[in-house]
Amino acid sequence: MKKRIMGIILTAVMLAAVLSGCGNNAAAPAASTAPSEAPAAAESAAPAEKLSGSVSTDGSTSMEKVIGALGEAFTEANPDVNFTYNPTGSGSGITAVTEGRCDIGLSSRNLKDEEAASGLKATVLALDGIAVIVNPENPVGELSLEQIAKIYTGEITNWSELGGNDAEIVVIGREAGSGTRDGFESITKTADACVYRQELTSTGDVITSVAQNPDAIGYASLASIGDTVKALVVEGVAPSEETVKDGSYLVQRPFVLVTREGEELSPAAQAFFDYITSADAASIIADAGAVAVN
Amino acid sequence: MMNKTKNRKKIIEDIVHGIFFLLGMITVLCVLLISIYLLVAGIPAINKIGIVNFLFGAKWAPTYAEPAYGILPFVLSSVYGTAGALLIGVPIGFFTAVYLAKLAPRKVKSVVSSAVSLLAGIPSVVYGLVGMLILVPAIRKLFHVPDGSSLLAAIIVLSVMVLPSIINVSMTSLEAVPREYEEGSLALGATQIETYMRVSVPAAKSGIATAVVLGVGRALGEAMAVMMVSGNATNMPSLFQSVRFLTTAVASEMAYSSGLHRQALFSIALVLFLFIMLINAGLNLILKHKKEG
Repeated sequence: MKKRIMGIILTAVMLAAVLSGCGNNAAAPAASTAPSEAPAAAESAAPAEKLSGSVSTDGSTSMEKVIGALGEAFTEANPDVNFTYNPTGSGSGITAVTEGRCDIGLSSRNLKDEEAASGLKATVLALDGIAVIVNPENPVGELSLEQIAKIYTGEITNWSELGGNDAEIVVIGREAGSGTRDGFESITKTADACVYRQELTSTGDVITSVAQNPDAIGYASLASIGDTVKALVVEGVAPSEETVKDGSYLVQRPFVLVTREGEELSPAAQAFFDYITSADAASIIADAGAVAVN
Repeated sequence: MMNKTKNRKKIIEDIVHGIFFLLGMITVLCVLLISIYLLVAGIPAINKIGIVNFLFGAKWAPTYAEPAYGILPFVLSSVYGTAGALLIGVPIGFFTAVYLAKLAPRKVKSVVSSAVSLLAGIPSVVYGLVGMLILVPAIRKLFHVPDGSSLLAAIIVLSVMVLPSIINVSMTSLEAVPREYEEGSLALGATQIETYMRVSVPAAKSGIATAVVLGVGRALGEAMAVMMVSGNATNMPSLFQSVRFLTTAVASEMAYSSGLHRQALFSIALVLFLFIMLINAGLNLILKHKKEG
């Protein structure tokens, strides 16, 4: 009899343990990629001595994909390093690095003069081209920045005003808070003034919608554009990896690493910084959809 | 000895009982947790924005230099969208249920029933995808509007999505109507259709009402499919304009929001939650009324 009861109690205890274990597990992955499988990936092109410590980054949400991929590759080579990325936005990231709350700040715009004057150093990691896209059937193939701005603010509403078909322009953009939208609106100087017909929540949705509607115009990260849509020539320059890199294609923004001038990074953070600005990281950056500078 | 076994059985019985009770409490705990969390997370933003500005403000511009947090367009779009979906879905669902429960030959019934079950099992993202790739361009061509992503597209998708719950629940309640009622009616000389519409349907009234309320809940709570076909601009509802529902307002901006913007999204979720609670309360009222009446 005692055995039976013990068994039941044991079961209950185990059940409780499993349940509470669930709670713990749910919290764990949020704390980024912790060093877990130490022996597995140690050999891959790692420096001779083992690096440990932590690298904290904070800032631009647009850089999530790029910095996430780089962080993953870095921690794979250096499993003892704890890498964190806090997606707060460019402004918050710059503030965080100024106040010393993180090692490297991430910004998807250049530093303002007063920010640079406050003792910050900017290193451009990559460039992100934003393609302005239309349906392949659309005869319009080239626009100026001013024309694009007028379309998005609702001043130009018909393609015939731009030498296209007599059809209403369907203006497609991204949701409020999106980094691509923020980048596009600040480059075209249309912040807070855009009149959207559709606000979609992903690059893929924008491309699909533009591909389906002959009168639509949208914007999306250059790396994601396929054959289903036509990327417009802006101010006489067609978007491509080269034109983004040499700066002649204007609808682009830099991904900037922000550090404190004259202050040394921790060994782990310095190693991470060197790694992501080296030529080795270029292919990872390209896979994540941006154009590497180095 | 006998006494001992009895005692032991009772203890085991009690322990098993306890375990069942604990498992049952998990559901209650979840509901409580969600309600409390939504209240705690949703109220601060409403306080900051002001309840009138929040509920009746017509402009939603959370990222502007001078932000505005009015959700009236979302509330109205949700209400119009749900009403529109029911306007199409309820008649179709209701007559299908009557046909399946009373008139359909066995073979037809089994085919249609399994089709309805299949419809219920299709994930909403698939509805959205089909809507986006077929319905939206079709609306654009059919009505000669510049863009097919609109309230109408959302209404059509939702009306298909509410069909399974309306059909299944109405059918079950129609089938539960005692055979004697119908036989009595037929014996008095009423035709089949007269019998079903005048005797069976009134007898199954509360079940059909439940079906409609379930449909309302489904339509009001759907996010994914609506997000994919409605265009998501923050317009006041109009049939051929792109609109944003309460659900899609939360879903579409959660990823990148921060600060008051994010808090306001929780407040929208709270409003949606209260809407659904109201509808459930309404459902209970209908059922209670029926029991008393």
